[in-house]
Amino acid sequence: MARHTQPINTCRVTGPVAAGAVFSLILLALAAVASRAQWPVSFGVADWAALRFTVWQSFLSALFSVVFAIPVARALARRRFAGRQLLVTLLGAPFILPVIVAVMGLLVVFGRAGWVSQGLGLLGLPPLSIYGLTGVVLAHVFFNMPLATRLILQGWQSIPAEQFRLAGQLGLPPSVTFRTLEWPVLRQVVPGAFALIFVICLTSFAVALTLGGGPRATTIELAIYQAFRFEFDLGRAAVLSLLQLVVAGSAAVLALWILPPIAVQMGRDRPVQRWDAQGAGLRALDTLWIGLASLFLLVPLGAIAVSGVMGLAQMPVLVWHAAWTSLWVATLCTCVLVMLALPISIWLAQTQRGGAEALTLIGLAASPLMIGTGWFILINPFASPVQLALVVTALVNAMMALPFAVRILMPAMRQVITDYGRLSASLGLSGLALWQIVVLPRVRAPLGFAAGLAAALSVGDLGVVALFADGDRATLPLQMYRLMGSYRTDAAAGAALLLLGLALGMFWACDAWGRRHVDG
Amino acid sequence: MLTVRDLQIAQGVFELHATFDVAKGQRVAVIGPSGAGKSTLLNALGGYIPSTGSIMVDGQDVSTAAPDQRGIAMLFQDGNLFPHMTLAQNVGLGLRPSLRLNNDEQGKVAAALDSVGLAAFGDRKPGDVSGGQQSRAALARVLVQGKPLLLLDEPFAALGPALRGEMLDLTSTVARDTGATVLMITHAPEDAERAADQVIFVDAGQVEAPRPVSEIMDNPPPALRAYLGR
Amino acid sequence: MKYLMTTAAALCATAAWAETPVLTVYAGDYFTSEWGPGPKIEAGFEEICDCDLQFSTGDLMPRLLLEGERTKADVVIGLTTDVTAKARATGLFAPHGQDNSALTLPIAWDDDTFLPFNYGHTAFIYDETRIDAAPTSFADLLAMDDDIKIVIQDPRTSISGLALVLWVQAVYGDEADAAWAKLAPKILTVTKDWSASYGLFTDGEADMVLSYTTSPAYHMFAEEDFTKKAAIFPEGHYFMAETVGKVAATDQPELADAFMDYVMSTDFQTLIPTANWSLPSALPEAQWPEGWAQLPLPEKVLFYSETEAAEVQAEAIETWRATLSQ
Repeated sequence: MARHTQPINTCRVTGPVAAGAVFSLILLALAAVASRAQWPVSFGVADWAALRFTVWQSFLSALFSVVFAIPVARALARRRFAGRQLLVTLLGAPFILPVIVAVMGLLVVFGRAGWVSQGLGLLGLPPLSIYGLTGVVLAHVFFNMPLATRLILQGWQSIPAEQFRLAGQLGLPPSVTFRTLEWPVLRQVVPGAFALIFVICLTSFAVALTLGGGPRATTIELAIYQAFRFEFDLGRAAVLSLLQLVVAGSAAVLALWILPPIAVQMGRDRPVQRWDAQGAGLRALDTLWIGLASLFLLVPLGAIAVSGVMGLAQMPVLVWHAAWTSLWVATLCTCVLVMLALPISIWLAQTQRGGAEALTLIGLAASPLMIGTGWFILINPFASPVQLALVVTALVNAMMALPFAVRILMPAMRQVITDYGRLSASLGLSGLALWQIVVLPRVRAPLGFAAGLAAALSVGDLGVVALFADGDRATLPLQMYRLMGSYRTDAAAGAALLLLGLALGMFWACDAWGRRHVDG
Repeated sequence: MLTVRDLQIAQGVFELHATFDVAKGQRVAVIGPSGAGKSTLLNALGGYIPSTGSIMVDGQDVSTAAPDQRGIAMLFQDGNLFPHMTLAQNVGLGLRPSLRLNNDEQGKVAAALDSVGLAAFGDRKPGDVSGGQQSRAALARVLVQGKPLLLLDEPFAALGPALRGEMLDLTSTVARDTGATVLMITHAPEDAERAADQVIFVDAGQVEAPRPVSEIMDNPPPALRAYLGR
Repeated sequence: MKYLMTTAAALCATAAWAETPVLTVYAGDYFTSEWGPGPKIEAGFEEICDCDLQFSTGDLMPRLLLEGERTKADVVIGLTTDVTAKARATGLFAPHGQDNSALTLPIAWDDDTFLPFNYGHTAFIYDETRIDAAPTSFADLLAMDDDIKIVIQDPRTSISGLALVLWVQAVYGDEADAAWAKLAPKILTVTKDWSASYGLFTDGEADMVLSYTTSPAYHMFAEEDFTKKAAIFPEGHYFMAETVGKVAATDQPELADAFMDYVMSTDFQTLIPTANWSLPSALPEAQWPEGWAQLPLPEKVLFYSETEAAEVQAEAIETWRATLSQ
């Protein structure tokens, strides 16, 4: 009889249970929607056109996000300068921005009346027109390049300093260093980042509608939104949701399939000295990339700040109530996320297979509107869904943040198992003590990052709450939307700035908690 | 004290078989070429990789026990200390995994640190002390663990010869103080001569029974002779 | 501590009010914000009804359809003319019991279930400081230079967007596709809803925006900005109204009826222009707030009844989609 002794043995039950709960809550919602549908369902030319556009723009968005993120991450990985940490944090900001706020900022810079167009006008050139596929991809790259940069940068930093020292000692030129040390890591990180962004863009619709320029740029998520809110055709909504789940889900599975198992090496977390990148040309190149990325990502943020400052004073007190509501929704969402992500990620880290990870991507592939409506139908016979609106919002947000959290946590969990699994077993560490003494301190940094991400995404999310919320339960994005709907554009710009501050603030607080006292 | 019968480990095409006994209080060097299965043997004894056959420690069958239930303390090539905890906390883990130590236990930790020459370093973290001091702290933990069998998977390989010798002597002291039996992997015959009473020779998945150091070093069998280059 | 006391006081107040009958009114999302019409309507009605009016806001139609018979609404306010057919089909509503002849709408209204409380027309709004020669007819608009950029809303997600499609259908009929083809190059983008479009316009991204004839009123009376104008076309403008309906299964039928009376009252109707930035449904022009009568309004009004709209709507949207997708 073979005896199996795993170095770390924890969450073998809670992990699958948590993952299963997420999975079934989503499928239950889909079933609830389908149960109220009127069959048969019409599915026409426009729907196929939407599917084609959705896939194509997601592909381009993921491609450009990753392609531009690689040189930026490389530059950030091998340059040390004052304010670098702050810059890395700020560069992450667009990803956590509420869509409407971000589009506002992008238009101030890239719009027909934007700063770039005004500059072109001075030179006698026609204004920029970003509406259409260009605009959609531009906005998606704006949102997702920070995520790609962060993921790839983490991968880069996982290369032990000792290896670069060895490369320096051997006098390897940058191209060889890239091929032998950096390329293997890239090959592991990039497909995952690409898959994640592809799936995120598949479910995007507000961007497509504002910047798409017309019905050409209809995404599936938009079609779902139409089916739910305007046609109230639950059958169509269910079929479209299922189509989205299948497309996004299979994209995720396929991408994770080609993702090789992540090899973990021990390295010390000391600043990485790069002997291969001291040439003036490379320095200039890296500076250029960091500069360009900063301009592209930070100027629209600045634009939001500039246009929002004036509106701050005009904001009605309701906005502050809404900010408070958003704060606690985000906190609840973050707590739920942590409770789901920790057992799931350590369970997945122990299973040695990347494929199971794809399961968690369902949270992204599923339409938030579908989940919201499904639960409305499920809750309605027992309680008032409106009363539970904020709790449901927090839960849905947590599920949408879960794939990110798992991606962020899993490599750290694998590292813990490889580095300290046997030591923990030899000391008899298990259960709560194992978590307290070994796992949590070792994954604190990525956990803080993941929690911050969840909090910020939740603060900026408009999705489900719009379907449920009544006047007293408005979140900040909803309140901002109401301001925009009442001609109060200045106050709305102020609310956008507040929203930006709240999202960044919550992210920063969690991330800083994670990075404090990290050593070893 | 340690009784191994029909131990079999299969890892891919590699197979390892072992049947041997070690008497109580013996310090046994495990010698053999790279890839012979030394590390695999110790990891199987420690309970970190699956194996078949029987392992008895102090008369207890521990073949299916969890690593911490085998009466075995083990030091690995690296990662013997948690870098986010102080040396005192790392040592304290050997007494109580919950880290909630009473005064008596804290006294034991301090005494253990003192006996390995780290009395003043209890509050430091591993990253703030030298490699030798890290090894001492790991040994202090072995001391408080008080397990009857100690396995060393070359924990001192990264240290210089003088320091390595010092650590081996300290290990012998610790083993003597706790009455522990020691199995240590080594590449250097002089280490075996310095710190071991017996030698187990491992070659190509075959584990030989322990023999006295002087006997085997004076008159090595052909495979060992080839390995030693004599 | 202060918070605790406030809460305690609020609880006591609730207990004291427990005997007061409650009228639950479902309303659109924007309704109850402090700048929306809700608070004024609530105060006005509570003055005369000896009751507690409670608004519950959200997406009206999805909510009604999902809740069905379990709905807690006594009255629903804010159902637009394009969803009345769907709302009627739920069978949840009772006759409104008011005299339709008291209405002052530009069209005849013979619906005895849904009672309009305001109205407006779709119109293209421009900034006269940015456009030299504003179009004076729909044909003029189609013939404009393609450099002039317009933002419109998606008919599949927005009421005003749907109204535009029906407007084009009403004006051009079988030649709607040709009209859309002429308009297409001028369309900067199509947004999900009115807010996003209007934001693009006020930010200077677009030269014209699809909105309502009453939009300039907001700029005039709330901001003293007289540069925003509605282009008035002799071909006519599409009519839109928001209605109020009484839920048949209400447990407060008398209060619901009283609310219907209140909707038709002069008090309520005079609130509408500045609280809702739309035109009152039952108030002679002479009684409109100062300045409102000077607002340029179309002479010809176009409107498809529920049944007519049901016939043309799907095809009109498909024409729009197909033409703009090219």
